[in-house]
Amino acid sequence: MAVQTVVANTNSSAVDLGPASALSCRECGERFELGPIFACASCFGPLEVAYDLPSGSPEELKKRIAEGPNNIWRYAPLLPVPSDVADKPNINPGFTKLVKADNLARELGVTGGLYVKDDSGNPTHSFKDRVVAIAVEAARAFGFTTLSCSSTGNLAGAVGAAAARAGFRSCVFIPHDLEQGKVVMAAVYGGELVGIEGNYDDVNRFCSELIGDPLGEGWGFVNVNLRPYYGEGSKTLAYEICEQLGWQLPDQLVIPIASGSQLTKIDKGLQELIKLGLVEDKPYKIFGAQAEGCSPVSTAFKAGHDVVRPQKPNTIAKSLAIGNPADGPYVLDIARRTGGAVEDVNDEQVVDAIKLLARTEGIFAETAGGVTVGVTKKLIDAGLLDPSLTTVVLNTGDGLKTLDAVAPTTGLSATIRPSLDAFRDAGLAAAN
Amino acid sequence: MSVKVRIPTILRTYTGGQAEVPAEGATLSEVIASLEQNHPGIGARVLDDQGKLRRFVNVYVNDDDVRFEGGLDAKTPDGAGVSIIPAVAGG
Repeated sequence: MAVQTVVANTNSSAVDLGPASALSCRECGERFELGPIFACASCFGPLEVAYDLPSGSPEELKKRIAEGPNNIWRYAPLLPVPSDVADKPNINPGFTKLVKADNLARELGVTGGLYVKDDSGNPTHSFKDRVVAIAVEAARAFGFTTLSCSSTGNLAGAVGAAAARAGFRSCVFIPHDLEQGKVVMAAVYGGELVGIEGNYDDVNRFCSELIGDPLGEGWGFVNVNLRPYYGEGSKTLAYEICEQLGWQLPDQLVIPIASGSQLTKIDKGLQELIKLGLVEDKPYKIFGAQAEGCSPVSTAFKAGHDVVRPQKPNTIAKSLAIGNPADGPYVLDIARRTGGAVEDVNDEQVVDAIKLLARTEGIFAETAGGVTVGVTKKLIDAGLLDPSLTTVVLNTGDGLKTLDAVAPTTGLSATIRPSLDAFRDAGLAAAN
Repeated sequence: MSVKVRIPTILRTYTGGQAEVPAEGATLSEVIASLEQNHPGIGARVLDDQGKLRRFVNVYVNDDDVRFEGGLDAKTPDGAGVSIIPAVAGG
């Protein structure tokens, strides 16, 4: 198929994004030159990065990866970034812990090995640093000087931090009623932070209009006109999980769904590893997790639909509160293709799951992590997730960002006078 | 009914580069037919072969997503703003 020329603000032949060779429409397959575009000019379908992946033996590539830095740039040969990316100012996220969660496994009855991929360890404490780091390199390549985004909170912080480090101006847009922690964690980096009176879908719509207006000219919106590159950052979760498992595919993964981009890119990453021979080709199942108060994909999955009907979100899991998830149909395809499922849990179950993970593994998850752990439990109880198989559950953010969710039911065990008698009377002494 | 339609960048080749164009119609379906009459070819970019809104196109009448308002049957009051936007999301 012919490669179309696109209008970009730079000469695309000079763009160095490593192995990235073109943009390809996920719907109709039409190809476009690398540029700051995100929708197919023919069918509006989302564009994604196509690659000339490295040749050579899997062992050589594994060695090259192992010699790389302890962040996502170790996978630079598989990402749309220049080969010298590790030398440029960026936030260098990734290589977060894959925690073997034996205590949680006992509670849930998992015998095949349960792991938590804990992305709260990233520079701004969510997985968003991965996607933003890639978008920064695309923004640099296309000559943008301002970074922007629509955000449910985590992305705003990641963009603010990355812009500060990489020398961009930032101006990001969030719903006006976000959790205070997320507002502070986004504002502290010094960029412009704008609250929009509406929900995330309203913010997203606003940004989509701004991008086509002279007011937003020259801006790199990481999750709009840089979205094809940005999304690729989530592939690094797949790479890391497999490398940390000793270059093995897990049998089952439980992944949160907001727009659905992360889940689809993790699947893309796993497929690339298989194609490159870095892991043995074997079946794996992908499970999607949503909050009941914003469950358009889960609802469509259970109804057997191919199309996702938008919902108006109402959940404490605000980082997943996207009522009109652009990649929802692809999530349905992947869950069905791999033999997985999409499930949801209510807000009370989210809070219970946050506490369960904290109590068993010492990991304080954001509400999205409560959703994945809660859904894992629900899937096991329903017999949909096999407890005898290796399972990886994603925690995509730090619980410190969503204190509001657990604060009403979490606090002091007792308040006592500073005396041993008072301590004894409170019944807190060690059991003999 | 006369409305103003916001045109996304990738469809401006049909409107001579204009970001906003007028159209007529009491429903979204009629507005799109009016757009097609004035800017031939644009209708097929917004609608699929079955005449439904394409999967990755979002349309808003004033502030309302038409998928909550009857889709192509959504009412377009006189003076309304209609926005056609490629679907993207990712908080």
